[in-house]
Amino acid sequence: MGASSLIVLIIAAVAFSGIAILISKVLLKATTNKQKGEPYECGIPTKGKTWTQLNVGYYLFALIFLVFDVELVFLYPWAVVAKSMGWIALVEIVVFFFILFMGFLYAHKKGALKWM
Amino acid sequence: MWSFSGIANNIHTWLGEHFNATWTMIIEMVIAGVAVIGLFALLGLVLVIMERKVSAWMQIRLGPNRVGPKGIFQSLADTLKLLVKEGMTPDGADKLLFNVAPFIAMIVAMLLLAPIAFASNFQLWDLNIGVLYVSAVSSIMVISILMAGWASNNKYSLMGAMRSGAQIVSYELSAGLSVLAVVVMCGSLQMSEIIESQRNGWWIFKGHIPMLIAFITFIIAVTAETNRAPFDLAEAESELTAGFHTEYSGMKFALFFLAEYVNVFIVCAIGATLFLGGWMPLHIGNWEGFNHAMDYIPSSLWFFGKTFFLIFVIMWFRWTFPRLRIDQLLNLEWKYLLPISMINLLVVTAMAILGWHF
Repeated sequence: MGASSLIVLIIAAVAFSGIAILISKVLLKATTNKQKGEPYECGIPTKGKTWTQLNVGYYLFALIFLVFDVELVFLYPWAVVAKSMGWIALVEIVVFFFILFMGFLYAHKKGALKWM
Repeated sequence: MWSFSGIANNIHTWLGEHFNATWTMIIEMVIAGVAVIGLFALLGLVLVIMERKVSAWMQIRLGPNRVGPKGIFQSLADTLKLLVKEGMTPDGADKLLFNVAPFIAMIVAMLLLAPIAFASNFQLWDLNIGVLYVSAVSSIMVISILMAGWASNNKYSLMGAMRSGAQIVSYELSAGLSVLAVVVMCGSLQMSEIIESQRNGWWIFKGHIPMLIAFITFIIAVTAETNRAPFDLAEAESELTAGFHTEYSGMKFALFFLAEYVNVFIVCAIGATLFLGGWMPLHIGNWEGFNHAMDYIPSSLWFFGKTFFLIFVIMWFRWTFPRLRIDQLLNLEWKYLLPISMINLLVVTAMAILGWHF
């Protein structure tokens, strides 16, 4: 079908979810009270703000991920031509991985991969 | 012979005879839209009942057995129940993000259906960067999870979403690297070409042990990417209630649930396409009679058989391994899977250049 299938799929997804939510809105009679809108945290009244500071570990992993994800993007075009290029492709990617792996070892040494 | 591509071609010629070009295209689009919605709903219903029946079978109990024969209509009854439940929005929530998140999850799951070949010559869009498209679109999934967790104004949701984000982005790397092993072997990103390259044998058999390692890495990584046990920290019910969808109820919850199950189907379909030959029948060397007999099984049956086998394996994991802690989970990825799949990729490249596959 070609690229127009993406439009069809997006419309189908939005229509499907929209209609499902709409049907359930029509079918029921909603009542409101004060307790109903409170966050569900095991029945105990919530204390403090929700949007607070989180463990820094998540951000460290996100940073290392970014490096490797960009590497992965570079690998896609390489992978397509690797077989036809022959040994030079392998040598190049070994050099690329070596540089990357040094960075990985540095992060490991600095303790970025250790969960705190 | 009866096949999906035959039906599609018949519809196309019939429409071409009765309508002009514009209307033909519009009607085909509508048919495609209705078909994918039908597939979506059917997959949701089938996978939920399959999950429950497989779990019951693994734990030597009966599972759902009241609604319909052997309980096969149980998930339909559950859907009806969810339809009449109220979809609440908590008072403190970020209303816009909270309501948009399930839509994004659904759109991502739906978009991933585009490059999957369900049968021979039966594919929505055979784009020449199919594999790259899949890995690009599937990484949008994490945005909907983070949106849902952040907007809920609930500490459990936020914790679940953060864990899920760290987990999904980490495992994306080894999934991508193991997929690249196949791309190196056949030198193309296009789904149809990858399937065509497996005509004389599936990559898992042709590529010897390095390909097997890539396949195992892929299965582990996608199990983590779809948030399934033993990597279901994001919704560890004993510690985080339900993770990022704690505050969701009614149909909005059902949409997340559906998107999750369809994602499991999609990653298994990708795995089946790349490593197990997609719709290609099983052929063994020079066994002419055997190969001919296998050709008589329709290609769609091959595809769905392989995919559901992989889904079964992923469900099997759930009842075999205990849940990992977050530090164990990240250790497994960064200290084992990532280096292994990087070295494996180098070995596969050397094999491809030397031609050590048949």
